[in-house]
Amino acid sequence: MSPLKIKKGSTSHSAYNLRPTFSDVQERHTLAVIVENEPGVLARVIGLFSGRGYNIESLTVAEVDHEGHLSRITIVTTGTPQVIEQIKAQLGRIVSVHQVNDLTVEGPAVERELAMFKVAGTGDKRIEALRLAEIFRANVVDSTLESFVFEITGAPEKIDAFADLMRPLGLQEVARTGVAALSRGNE
Amino acid sequence: MTRQMTGAKMVVQALKDQGVDTVFGYPGGAVLPIYDEIFQQNDIKHILVRHEQGATHAAEGYARATGKPGVVLVTSGPGATNAVTGLTDALMDSIPMIVLTGQVPTFMIGSDAFQEADTVGITRPCTKHNWLVKETDNLAGVIHEAFHVATSGRPGPVLVDIPKDVQFANGSYTPPEQVQTHYNPQVKGDMAEIEKLVDLVMTAKKPVFYTGGGVINSGPAATQLLRELVAATDFPITSTLMGLGCYPASGKNWLGMLGMHGLYEANMAMHDCDLMINVGARFDDRITGRIDAFSPKSKKVHIDIDPSSINKVIRVDVPILGDIAHVLEDVLRVWKAKGRKTQKEGLAKWWAQINEWRKVDCLKFKQSGKTIKPQHALARLEALTKDHDRYITTEVGQHQMWAAQYLGFEDPNRWMTSGGLGTMGYGTPASIGVQVAHPESLVINVAGEASWLMNMQEMGTAVQYRLPVKQFILNNERLGMVRQWQELLHGERYSHSWSEALPDFVKLAEAFGAKGILCDNADDLDEAIKEMLAYDGPVIFDCLVEKHENCFPMIPSGKAHNEMLLGEAETQGAIDAKGSVLV
Repeated sequence: MSPLKIKKGSTSHSAYNLRPTFSDVQERHTLAVIVENEPGVLARVIGLFSGRGYNIESLTVAEVDHEGHLSRITIVTTGTPQVIEQIKAQLGRIVSVHQVNDLTVEGPAVERELAMFKVAGTGDKRIEALRLAEIFRANVVDSTLESFVFEITGAPEKIDAFADLMRPLGLQEVARTGVAALSRGNE
Repeated sequence: MTRQMTGAKMVVQALKDQGVDTVFGYPGGAVLPIYDEIFQQNDIKHILVRHEQGATHAAEGYARATGKPGVVLVTSGPGATNAVTGLTDALMDSIPMIVLTGQVPTFMIGSDAFQEADTVGITRPCTKHNWLVKETDNLAGVIHEAFHVATSGRPGPVLVDIPKDVQFANGSYTPPEQVQTHYNPQVKGDMAEIEKLVDLVMTAKKPVFYTGGGVINSGPAATQLLRELVAATDFPITSTLMGLGCYPASGKNWLGMLGMHGLYEANMAMHDCDLMINVGARFDDRITGRIDAFSPKSKKVHIDIDPSSINKVIRVDVPILGDIAHVLEDVLRVWKAKGRKTQKEGLAKWWAQINEWRKVDCLKFKQSGKTIKPQHALARLEALTKDHDRYITTEVGQHQMWAAQYLGFEDPNRWMTSGGLGTMGYGTPASIGVQVAHPESLVINVAGEASWLMNMQEMGTAVQYRLPVKQFILNNERLGMVRQWQELLHGERYSHSWSEALPDFVKLAEAFGAKGILCDNADDLDEAIKEMLAYDGPVIFDCLVEKHENCFPMIPSGKAHNEMLLGEAETQGAIDAKGSVLV
């Protein structure tokens, strides 16, 4: 999915690309969306993004309140400030959505992602992979004589960095969960 | 004590408890149990349409003419997919509508059963919300919530999909007062923002009210308060296609409709104003024209109940989120408390300027000879029907714009037209819905012959229920608006924009059991219209008009409000390459 890249004041794109004089800077925002845990609710959220041409960088969803039937969807999205405001307003309009929080603007937040890396190799490469895993506090969750599966948790940037290091050492496969995020502090 | 009953009975009970008196529908295998319950009662009237799309537009017409939600009942599969256009239309125009669809039994869902479709999947993007009910115990609660969602906040269509086994099974009925919902949109506007608006009202020298369908959706109180505010401030007022009737067309502050085919004075006032007060409109692309040249000198205020409408297209200085009636009440109260001040001198100059623009007389046309100009046909229709208790529906195209320009609306809920989606085929079923709601009133569908053919089967409905709807067809044997754009944009290459095999509308009327009238001579027009009005039954009026008439004024695509075309002479090269990609 590509973000909306519309020039300032552009009208030649189509009658509906009418994003005028706002900032053109693409911002990355993490949104926490509390939704009714009912069939189709994820489709409503995703359908909104695809239908209106918004960008999804990552999306995680799981039930967080079994009694209250509530799920939490964490969406990382990019767009101009106006597009981000629209996304929030459009999400808030979905009847099954209870609450939308923009963790990027509502004070500091912690973002974490879990990833698993399969790295295959022997000799020096294998030793180097294991040493780097220790530096990154990644755990070995599966091992053969010619491979490891590492489990790592951290901010997305840390996981990106680890992936870059593993690539020349025999990286075979990556599985990432996408971002889960919470605001810092007691509220 | 909870009452036990079948799901089918629950549907009818829930509709009764919601005060529903009319349902538009079409039976089929997956809704037979509900139809069986409808058969065994007399409180709810069922109108049998001829096509499910007709049911949805009839329900929209009913809803817009009454302010109550329209109710539709159709079967699974094709019944549901045929309702999709009407659902989308209602979503775009914010019309409250509840569509009940049958579904194959729960144990067959997903098996590609006969007349199975993923109805909630298909209609998810074209409803405000939808539900698939899998337990009979939940059915009544869901239907009550559906009415709540459809009618609160920004109204819209909802859909409840009911599998056949859920209709047969027994369950406990939940009455409306026991239904809990977390969906409660904010209706009170923020007082700090309202104060800002009042301050702008007191300092503006060139203000304009830009009103839309939201005023009508908000209800009679909003219309009343708007009229009071306009009278007290003496500000000029214009309206979108959707908002016609919220301020009387005969009112002295009325500038006429604005937008692509709006009046010169309305668009010029929008372009030159220093304060724009948007009341329940949404800066649609038909209104704004070129965004970066839209009303460059004004402070903009936007009152809307939908947060996603605010700052979507045009950045506003004062956003006020809330119900229009609530907000306008506060605005009036605060403004009166602050001394009811306006810039009288500035306003007088502003009105002088507006009166100069009015002198352009942008709707003037010359009727000469026997060939009827479409504008003349509507001007005569207006003259001969304006004193009637009158409701107007339209199809989509040139005739729709001419109707908006040449017919005057004194009250809200009198004008039903497909604004957002632009659905050809809307008008005939909508006129039926309106006539069902107001059996004694005059209901006219102003149509073009091409649009009219799209849902002409509904004449059968009109005849069956003795609904005396008048189908006023401006017949130019062309897709007039398409032809106009081909003339302006595509080198007069009229690709497929006319029909070479139109029916004889008089014979068609007779075949349906209605009355047909043909008029092709300007000298006979008044008598023919009078004959239509005098006939106590449905009429198809085939008014043969000038075939190449274009609709003006027109803001060409990609142009600003002050770059309007006023007539044929100005059309050469009016739309540049950039503008031609716009719709």
